[in-house]
Amino acid sequence: MAKYTKYPELLSPNGWCPGCGYGIIARLIYEVMEEKGVSQNHIYVGGVGCNANLYGALEGGNKVECHHGRAPVCANGIKALMPDTFVFTIQGDGDCYAIGMGETIIAAHNRFPITVFAVNNANYGMTGGQTAPTTLTGQVTTTSPKGKEGKPFDIIPQMRALGVDYCARGTTASLAEIRKLKKYITKAIDLQLQERKYAFVEILSPCPTNWHKSPLEANEYIMNNVIKYLPLGEYDTSKEE
Amino acid sequence: MKELWKGNEAIAEAAVRAGCKLYVGYPITPQTEIVEYMSARMPELGRKFIQSESEIISINTVIGGAMTGYRCMTSSSGVGISLMQEGLTDAFAKSIPLLLVNVNRCSCGMGGDFGGSTDDYLRDTRGGGNGDYHFIVMVPSTIQEAVDLTYCAWDIAEKYRNPIEIMTEGRLGQMMECVEMPEFKESPKQEWGFDGTTKFMDFGPMRDHDAKYKARMDAIREHEQRWEEYRTEDAETVIVALGMCSRVCKGAVNILREQGEQVGLLRPITAWPFPVKGFEALPETVKRIIVMEVDNDGQVIEDVLITTKKLTRFQNMPIYNLYKPHLYPADEMIDYYRKVISEEEKEVS
Ligand SMILES: Cc1ncc(C[n+]2csc(CCOP(=O)(O)OP(=O)(O)O)c2C)c(N)n1
Ligand code: SF4
Ligand SMILES: [Mg+2]
Repeated sequence: MAKYTKYPELLSPNGWCPGCGYGIIARLIYEVMEEKGVSQNHIYVGGVGCNANLYGALEGGNKVECHHGRAPVCANGIKALMPDTFVFTIQGDGDCYAIGMGETIIAAHNRFPITVFAVNNANYGMTGGQTAPTTLTGQVTTTSPKGKEGKPFDIIPQMRALGVDYCARGTTASLAEIRKLKKYITKAIDLQLQERKYAFVEILSPCPTNWHKSPLEANEYIMNNVIKYLPLGEYDTSKEE
Repeated sequence: MKELWKGNEAIAEAAVRAGCKLYVGYPITPQTEIVEYMSARMPELGRKFIQSESEIISINTVIGGAMTGYRCMTSSSGVGISLMQEGLTDAFAKSIPLLLVNVNRCSCGMGGDFGGSTDDYLRDTRGGGNGDYHFIVMVPSTIQEAVDLTYCAWDIAEKYRNPIEIMTEGRLGQMMECVEMPEFKESPKQEWGFDGTTKFMDFGPMRDHDAKYKARMDAIREHEQRWEEYRTEDAETVIVALGMCSRVCKGAVNILREQGEQVGLLRPITAWPFPVKGFEALPETVKRIIVMEVDNDGQVIEDVLITTKKLTRFQNMPIYNLYKPHLYPADEMIDYYRKVISEEEKEVS
């Protein structure tokens, strides 16, 4: 296991809350991009939500903020005319599975040659913690004061049904899981760089602020509760005939 | 050499010759021929065609494509362009010179008459989305003009880094006319386009309080007004009309001229910026203005009223407004003119 003592050159201080998963996610993605030699040559297409904090924290590559939910199709337009450049999205769960559900499914179905990172913090973080499709059954949010009714949306069976080459769900909630997550991210990025293929990675990410938990409690909540509904793991059919 | 072209296909071919590198579209009558034409034509030339799953996807994909600095385009009609509004505001805010073609149908809701009208006038000239912004909007009245305007659309859009729209109509899209197609022209990648590095990061949002915004809008207002004057010399009555309606008006003007009436036509070619200068240039003989348009409630009249308020000479001039939801014959225009002259029609107050 390689050791990382160096913070990716690309990232400068950011505006996420203490204990937020986004910082780790950004760091992992940009570490892998450095390893692959695309940290200074790529286009980051961001959704609306807390990932927007990343815009100010990036020192290399092109970046663009899209309207809520539209990042994959915007990325597809870019990739159509710059096929050799690494193009990826980072989006929230509300962005991906609520307002942008159509775009998420279409991107997978049409195999847009881009990489999609969906950050699932089980709520609308940026707007102050409302119910999202991913919110757990019974979870109290600012718009489900008595607890959410119904099941959280699970994208992975959908992605598998669509037959994408690679999809995975990881989390930043423990050190062991962070190591696995980095492998998922690496595979997803490789698939675009080497084969111009679509790949999808969802990341369960703590939102201590809106969950009203300490950073440690938030991580425990993921490991003890969230993954019961939304199991971790990867599905790689890219090498199958 | 002139060839017979269908309006929609002619616009598509003109866009191709102007250097369109990515076209994204979704079927909707009466613009579908553009999508169909592009699906064959673009790949033939090694360019990109994408059929989207919604107009929201069309515009957001085109925004992505156009940020690379290449010429990109989408087209739609009616409700399709209403759906695009979130993206259109974004294209303006990001200073993206993309091309939008609206083949105007008729009426709100599902849209009733595919023959078209100019009833999207206010939405398209005002910017139908959030915030205040403008697309440059050009309204052709013949297929040749649709071709010529499409051919120069990106040149203008790139000059100001402002999105541009060709607003045509169902009838013009569906009919055929003889057209001289222009030659293919070079459309190199713009220097501000994405290159994957930090070099060009010029897509920051343009806010309405921004000095850049005002400078851009003022420059377009100053330099991009286009209009046509037809038989306005010595005119006492000037008809203002655009698009297909103006063609019929020309016929009405010719008939009235034969009958000895001093009538002329002022045809805005740019709906935004509205050709204030065209009004300034009208002869001193003008005594009244009649705005004739195709829509349900009179829309072009708003711009004429604003314009004539600005120009001292027109401030107390009587202005009349004829509008109908469907294109109407020259006879009805002439009838209306006669009633204006005999003071049976009231001026717009
Ligand atoms: C069309 C539109 N509707 C609503 C909003 C307001 N809005 C901003 S961020 C956000 C929630 C984002 O939630 P998510 O995608 O889960 O991202 P997170 O902040 O949780 O990372 C919403 C609804 C918007 N920007 N655009
Ligand atoms: S609100 Fe939640 S997701 Fe957003 S920065 Fe704070 S902890 Fe992170
Ligand atoms: Mg979220």
